[in-house]
Amino acid sequence: MSVAASTAVREAGHGHRVSPLRKRADQLGDRMLFGICVLAALIAAAAIVLVGYQIIHGASPAISKFGIGFVYETTWQPNFGEFGAGVLLFGTAVTSAFALLLGAPIAVAIGLFLTLLAPGHVRSVIGPLVELLAAIPSVILGFWGLLVLAPFVHEHIEPFLHGAFGFIPIFGDPQTTGLSFFTAGLILTLMVIPIIASISRDLFQSVPPELQDGAAALGATRWEVVRGIVLPTTSSGVIAASILGLGRALGEAIAVSQVIGAGFEIKNSLFETGNTLAAQIALQFPGALTELHKASLYYCGVMLLVIGIAANLLAQWIGRRFGYAGAVAR
Amino acid sequence: MSPASVPDPMAPLTPSGNLRRRQLVSRVAEIAATAAAVLAVAALALVIYSVVIRGAKKISLDFIFTAAPTGVGPMLLGTLEIALIATLMAMPIGVLIALLLTEYSSARVARPLKLVLDLLNGLPSIILGLFVFALLVDHKQQSGFAGAVALAIIELPLIARGSQEVLQLVPGSLREASDALGVARWRSVLTVVLPTALGGIVTSTVLAVARAAGETAPLILASSNFDGKSFVLNPFEAMPNVPTWIYKLSEEGNSEGFNEAWGMSLLLVSFILLASLGARALLARSKRKLSS
Repeated sequence: MSVAASTAVREAGHGHRVSPLRKRADQLGDRMLFGICVLAALIAAAAIVLVGYQIIHGASPAISKFGIGFVYETTWQPNFGEFGAGVLLFGTAVTSAFALLLGAPIAVAIGLFLTLLAPGHVRSVIGPLVELLAAIPSVILGFWGLLVLAPFVHEHIEPFLHGAFGFIPIFGDPQTTGLSFFTAGLILTLMVIPIIASISRDLFQSVPPELQDGAAALGATRWEVVRGIVLPTTSSGVIAASILGLGRALGEAIAVSQVIGAGFEIKNSLFETGNTLAAQIALQFPGALTELHKASLYYCGVMLLVIGIAANLLAQWIGRRFGYAGAVAR
Repeated sequence: MSPASVPDPMAPLTPSGNLRRRQLVSRVAEIAATAAAVLAVAALALVIYSVVIRGAKKISLDFIFTAAPTGVGPMLLGTLEIALIATLMAMPIGVLIALLLTEYSSARVARPLKLVLDLLNGLPSIILGLFVFALLVDHKQQSGFAGAVALAIIELPLIARGSQEVLQLVPGSLREASDALGVARWRSVLTVVLPTALGGIVTSTVLAVARAAGETAPLILASSNFDGKSFVLNPFEAMPNVPTWIYKLSEEGNSEGFNEAWGMSLLLVSFILLASLGARALLARSKRKLSS
């Protein structure tokens, strides 16, 4: 740091007056560095546009053949050239909603634990550990889900839930394997928790301590401080964080394709096999039979892209519109 | 005078009635929050435990350095090379974007640029796979390079955001000192600002690489070479790599393949965890140094 500064000093302090040539060179240098930086930004922007264009272009045969009906039609028969993404859309919605309903409360609780309950040294260990959960590659999480989690779910959790709540149709009869919406949802839960937890922790830390101390001084218990001060001031941010987590769950292809069992019907039980938009692309694209088959998978990609970007923009809008924007925009 | 209006001096000091209920609710909430944290850490521990227990018996020098069927050397080499090419593409662009945001920023530029970075960050990786397939693979051939382009897009927003955070911590006094000496802007950026932030930039890059190294979805479409018997150095051919190989083995369902996949998972997870833990510690240190 000081070495770099002194180098600059030596270089700059050559003459008493800056020569015109040097001045010209510096002007040129300034423009060039700025120009290169702008160029880099343009490349990033172009990447977004190009991604959108290529995906839509790839989908165009399917779009012109099936139109908007593709989104809700439920036949997917590559051999007969008939494609509809209804089942996949259903599976995507079920697994992501499952992950969010289970994961968001847990993640918010972790955020609360890290900001309000944990002593400093515990916080500095648990916080990074939770974030490390996000660092485990999805293929390994999926592989673990396939060989460790799915058998456990099949042998223990499914019979238990069916026994206790079997009168609700979503907890139907256990199937032959543990590959199901349920297992996929659990894996996705593990993926959304670190995202929502780390954002909510940052949000909770930004709640003014005076407000919390004031409530505590009035006799509020810890839970009442959370319920009355912390959560209301950060609720928009928590919602935005959950939407970001949802975006992650919607787009996960690999891990889901490993544990969801590639079913092709809409079932009302969570223990049945199913499929999602992203997983279908990962499973079928490498062995796609026809150009139309490929185009249909691109069409699934278009749907994912639209849902994903909409979720992202919505999260940002909520974050900006309802305050605490800085903490969410990351 | 009714006896009820006089507080009983012998009453116990422990809370009763409503207060007791409220404290109980609070206590339950505290326990629930602690349990949630324990649950998440337990899940992480369980995954890592399974990978270590089942993967450790496969690890040997032969496993790491020889080709199939005894080892997975070509896949490791492929992953290494693809990640390297991706980083060579993503790092300069990411750092330049960070410079634009911190050194030349005006709100008019910064807001849309941050939006672009957020959107890039939010793109599902399978979409990037479709993208590079359409752009570089379709009607041509699969290549490690195509995979590297997809990984570069994944790394780019992470590097840009990380570098920006570090660059913002470079003390303004350094820039002012440089300005006061009559140093041109570009010179002070290149000789003062960047060298000061270099450590933080490198560690953010390592974090981005750790994230990209395990990405599977783009590579399935861009570089799925399931030969594994020979080392491939040419990035314009399909290169075998660790994530797609694990994916393939997990789909095949034979137990010997599963063992091999556990072994590779252990190698990949150890690299990723060590890299991200190390980079985090270094990043925290260099941020502390910069802000003090």
